[in-house]
Amino acid sequence: MTVRVKQVWKVDASKRLELPLANATVQAGFPSPAHDFSETSLDLNNYLIRHPAATFFVRVQGESMKNVGIFDGDILIVDKALEPYDGSIVIACVDDEFTVKRLQIRSGRHYLVPENPDFSPILLEGDMTLQIFGVVTHCIHSF
Amino acid sequence: MKFALVDCNNFFCSCERVFRPDLTNRPVVVLSNNDGCVVARSNEVKAMGIQMGEPYFRVRSTMNINKVEVFSSNYTLYADMSQRVMSTLSTFTPEMEIYSIDEAFLQLSDLDVESGIGAEMRKRVWQWCRIPVSVGIGPSKTLAKLAAHWAKKHPETGGVFEISPDDRHIFKEIEPVDVWGFGRSNASKLRAHRIYTVDDLIRADEEWLRKRFSVMGLRTVSELKGYCCYPLQQVQQPRKSVICSRSFGHRVTDLWELREAAATHAATAGVKLRSEHLVAGSMTVFIQLLPFLPGKEGFRSLTVSFPEATSYTPNLIVAATQLIEQLYQYGSAYKKVGVYLNDLAPETEVQMNLFHRPANRDHQRTLMSALDRVNLKHGRDALIYAACGVNRGWEMRRELKSPHYTTAWTELPVVKAGGQA
Repeated sequence: MTVRVKQVWKVDASKRLELPLANATVQAGFPSPAHDFSETSLDLNNYLIRHPAATFFVRVQGESMKNVGIFDGDILIVDKALEPYDGSIVIACVDDEFTVKRLQIRSGRHYLVPENPDFSPILLEGDMTLQIFGVVTHCIHSF
Repeated sequence: MKFALVDCNNFFCSCERVFRPDLTNRPVVVLSNNDGCVVARSNEVKAMGIQMGEPYFRVRSTMNINKVEVFSSNYTLYADMSQRVMSTLSTFTPEMEIYSIDEAFLQLSDLDVESGIGAEMRKRVWQWCRIPVSVGIGPSKTLAKLAAHWAKKHPETGGVFEISPDDRHIFKEIEPVDVWGFGRSNASKLRAHRIYTVDDLIRADEEWLRKRFSVMGLRTVSELKGYCCYPLQQVQQPRKSVICSRSFGHRVTDLWELREAAATHAATAGVKLRSEHLVAGSMTVFIQLLPFLPGKEGFRSLTVSFPEATSYTPNLIVAATQLIEQLYQYGSAYKKVGVYLNDLAPETEVQMNLFHRPANRDHQRTLMSALDRVNLKHGRDALIYAACGVNRGWEMRRELKSPHYTTAWTELPVVKAGGQA
């Protein structure tokens, strides 16, 4: 088999890639027993965001979702790549505004249901794909 | 093998709509720097007959009457949305060339195309980013571009159109001016030779084409015939220069203001340089004079080489202010100033100068990285050099800018948790 070189690139020294080295000094003595267990540090972005291109942050205004722990001033992580299903917490466009509610599908009809007994559900009419902005995956609440 | 061109529809306007559901189906325009002229129009605005590039003051009353929503350009938002669109497209294939802020070429297999990947791409970009796109597919980049143009003009295509070199009835309806790489001046040359449509162009004599339009023109025509002459360009060319320039918000006649603006651009260019771990070997500063003094209009520029390539902001500011002082003429009015950094090299490959006392690079690097980190954390102007000015009366007008919805914690879109009680 012959191997042909198709293209040669110059090494790009202008960018850095940081890798965990875990104090890997060369020792003449006994190697550190913790060495094999080193891992990367924890990254919240990795944990909370599956589709970075489709993920947006929004700020909550109001109390209609407080029974699921979404309070006024919280930041929601919204993943637009996910398909909403019955029970998803979603961001929807109602009367030209974004609103956060739980989606309920009952005999083919879509309802936006608040999580606070002081508010009443809304029936979604028309094309649902146009009205659902995205699915809420996490809520960031500061104490 | 096929090419697809994915082109965002009215991109800046579409970005403005993402977080403003109230703007769906309402007319939207985006203005250029300094709110000077119209640079993006939604379909509703195009239908009103408002042209691209039209000065704002001239169409302002028409737009008021028609309740057009007007925005200053928000490049921070557009850049972020562009990156999202491109990264969504890259989920289909890594064989992709980002052609501009709102266009990308993708290389696809015939099987992909037959299975309807075009419609799938359009759907996914809309779902993930809320940006509407047109998709053109063809055996060459030029044909893909033409197909996208067709898709955009013909809603019945559903925004996706595949063209083949045999589609003569379509070529007969498209003018050469709409062909990628065939400028307006070439198009008028063609008209003089009774070539009015793309179909005429394809059937023109090749030898004649080569003589009149060089080998580039001939290649474009080969591409229209379905031969691929321009492969995908995936490897990004290493950056050759960093440019920072802005028009002033009003006419500037004062050296003091010019100096502040030049220093500010030099500092911004320095941040860009360091973020890519580069150093610059030389700097060019240019100024644009206001054209209403006959015989005095135009650009003037001066260049200086650094004794040792640098990305150290104080070096850049000193050079920029010295150049601007030499360029300045008392009694002239200025419209724009800009700073170019050239002869870029990775910061790890700095050539020492035999006749120059070496700077304390470690000290400079530590200082700059501290500065950049503070500004990253606390906002871009948290720490500035006094030479850049505090009041900045010269800064451009952007009175109608939308929030930085996706890049600033303080400007996130708001969702209501309310409703009927």
